[in-house]
Amino acid sequence: MNKEAINTLSLSEIENDLTQNIQWTVRSRIWMGTLLFAFAICLYFYVQQLIYGLGVTGLHDYASWGIYISNFVFFVATSLVGMLISSVFGLANVKWIKPIARIAEIIAVSFAMVAGLVIITDMGRPDRLLSIFVYGRVQSPIVWDIAVVTTYVFISLLLLYVPLIPDFAMISEKKKGLPKLQIKIYKALSLGWADKPEQFKVIKRLIQTLLVIIIPVALAIHTVTSWLFALTLRPGWDSSIFGPYFVSGAFVAGSAALIMALYFYRRHYHLENYITEEHFNSMGKILVLVSLIYLYFNLNEILVPGFKPGTAAGAHINELLSGTESTLYWAVQIFGLAIPLILLLIPRMRKPFPVTVLSLMVFVGAWFKRYLIVVPSQLEPYLPIQNVPESFHHYSPTTAEVAITAGSFILVLIIMTVLSKVIPLIPIWEVKEELK
Amino acid sequence: MAKEQNKKNSRRDFIKKLGIVGLGSASMASIYFDKKTLEEKKPGEKIKVLTTDKKVVEVNVSDIIPVEEEVNTDKLQHRGRTGLVGKKFVMVIDLAKCKNARKCMHACQSVHQLKPEQHHINVLQMEDEVNGATYFMPKPCMHCDEPQCVSVCPVGATFKRQDGIVLIDNEMCVGCRFCIAACPYSARSFNWTDPRDAEKYKDVPYDVELNVPQKLGTVTKCAFSADRLRENKLPYCVASCPNGVYYFGDANQDFVTNGTTRKTVRLSKLLKDNSAYTLLAELGTKPNVFYLPPNRKCEEPQTT
Repeated sequence: MNKEAINTLSLSEIENDLTQNIQWTVRSRIWMGTLLFAFAICLYFYVQQLIYGLGVTGLHDYASWGIYISNFVFFVATSLVGMLISSVFGLANVKWIKPIARIAEIIAVSFAMVAGLVIITDMGRPDRLLSIFVYGRVQSPIVWDIAVVTTYVFISLLLLYVPLIPDFAMISEKKKGLPKLQIKIYKALSLGWADKPEQFKVIKRLIQTLLVIIIPVALAIHTVTSWLFALTLRPGWDSSIFGPYFVSGAFVAGSAALIMALYFYRRHYHLENYITEEHFNSMGKILVLVSLIYLYFNLNEILVPGFKPGTAAGAHINELLSGTESTLYWAVQIFGLAIPLILLLIPRMRKPFPVTVLSLMVFVGAWFKRYLIVVPSQLEPYLPIQNVPESFHHYSPTTAEVAITAGSFILVLIIMTVLSKVIPLIPIWEVKEELK
Repeated sequence: MAKEQNKKNSRRDFIKKLGIVGLGSASMASIYFDKKTLEEKKPGEKIKVLTTDKKVVEVNVSDIIPVEEEVNTDKLQHRGRTGLVGKKFVMVIDLAKCKNARKCMHACQSVHQLKPEQHHINVLQMEDEVNGATYFMPKPCMHCDEPQCVSVCPVGATFKRQDGIVLIDNEMCVGCRFCIAACPYSARSFNWTDPRDAEKYKDVPYDVELNVPQKLGTVTKCAFSADRLRENKLPYCVASCPNGVYYFGDANQDFVTNGTTRKTVRLSKLLKDNSAYTLLAELGTKPNVFYLPPNRKCEEPQTT
């Protein structure tokens, strides 16, 4: 926070600043309309898939998991940033994260919820979704994954909601020009909050508890997601470092997403006094840190099997580094990891705009990295691919598949937009507390 | 006493009772008559039957109305999940014999309602990494004793029966394709689009042992022709091979029968004498399909 600037403001001016996003301006209506229109187009393709089956995708028996699954992994990964910011830094008592913790939670909630939908788009029989709950076998990693992702969404929602309670009470009393129903909802959601010291004591203890609980759950969602691959016998997937490798990669994707979200929210809702250049500087440094850890795991992932070229795993690494997918592999490693990592070491590159551009590179790179984890392993099975059409040696997503995947991103943007229209993006009571 | 009671009832009622007995204990051949058994008997011949109160009576063949067992999915599911008690099915593939005739592939695809690119059994052209020699290798499902596919299934749609056969139940499959990802032998296939001749099979009750009718959005795989085994017949692929490649049988009885020559040999001896191996044994999946090496010198496998 820019304390000097904020100190010149009165409390009600701060409240005004931080609740002025709660209204539907013409511009935001146009933006929302565009999103909904784009989403409707994507939905059309999903309906096609529901009618004609997964045959509308580019998937086949030898690449039976494609961009839906890589996108699912990516979404779960991105959602982990909520835990990193709120819990890891929050519990370490790092003060500067307070104004951005809620935005991190918004990312966590939106990506984790949509991840659940993404996995449904990959199902051959979505009409049998309930079977997984009715007949679920606890031995199956899919069932573990559903259990932990659901838990994570639930706790993340609580972590978003609980710190909002005092803010809801404030809005229901002071915010003008809102529909009566909306005010009533805020009132109800504030659960009789009255700014009493004992209430603050309870809420802080509750938040603290949630912050602790979510750490193992967050580690679990991405570790279990990595196990969907690591527990099979396929070369390239059968790896004992997949858990930490995925978790460290998740922090990279999530930090990049958070930086981009901060940039757009800050610019659009004029939050410059609360989300400062220093935030971008610090987030840039965090991105460097998590990227270095990720690089370290990448090195392990490549070097150890690669040193034994005669093994199936070694052959897979060789194929990745110099085979058909090698162009994409090196593009991802250089433009999505190495270059941003080096540039972020320069202080000037951690100003809001350049760090956002670099984050976008990291974010896109991270998406394709998931593709490189999921697809190539399947195209190099132990036994040769024969007596099937030539196309079964490759995988290229169809328009429908790309549209449905794009739809998941649009849905995240819709959720993030709607949330930014109904809740303050920065915890107002915590800002006030800081100023005391 | 039974006769006295029978006299009171009309003949028709008695036959009805017989029908109920027949349905209720279908596995006991002595009291259940299928059409074929009756057709073999001459009219006027007497036949011994058991009544509902467990008395043996003799009736005239012409008085018996054959009972057709009602085939429905529930019954097929029940017997399909149970399997054939006391058996442990194994296949032995003699690679020295395979000449890539592909009769096995065609027989399999035609009975299992598969498209040309869908294989329950696939004849692969392999190359020996050391000496570069090529050979043909039929590859069905290995029906592993440690099946990865079964471990990962979230709903128990794919399962291993007590007789060793790994089946897929397309009434339960949710189409997540985790089993396809988990199988190191690429033995599974998916119905990405409407199955072949879907219209033709529309009203056929689903038989999990045959996995027909195939369903859109579900996985399909080799079933060791569990439906044929139930009738004491060799699997479709085994029976259609012209080159004597396949042996099939029961490991518990230690016998396998060649599908072409119909010669029955001792399994353990066949495997031992010919240095049989399993595919990707190092993965620890414990297949129930054994291969006899392709580069054997003698023409006939050693069985003596």
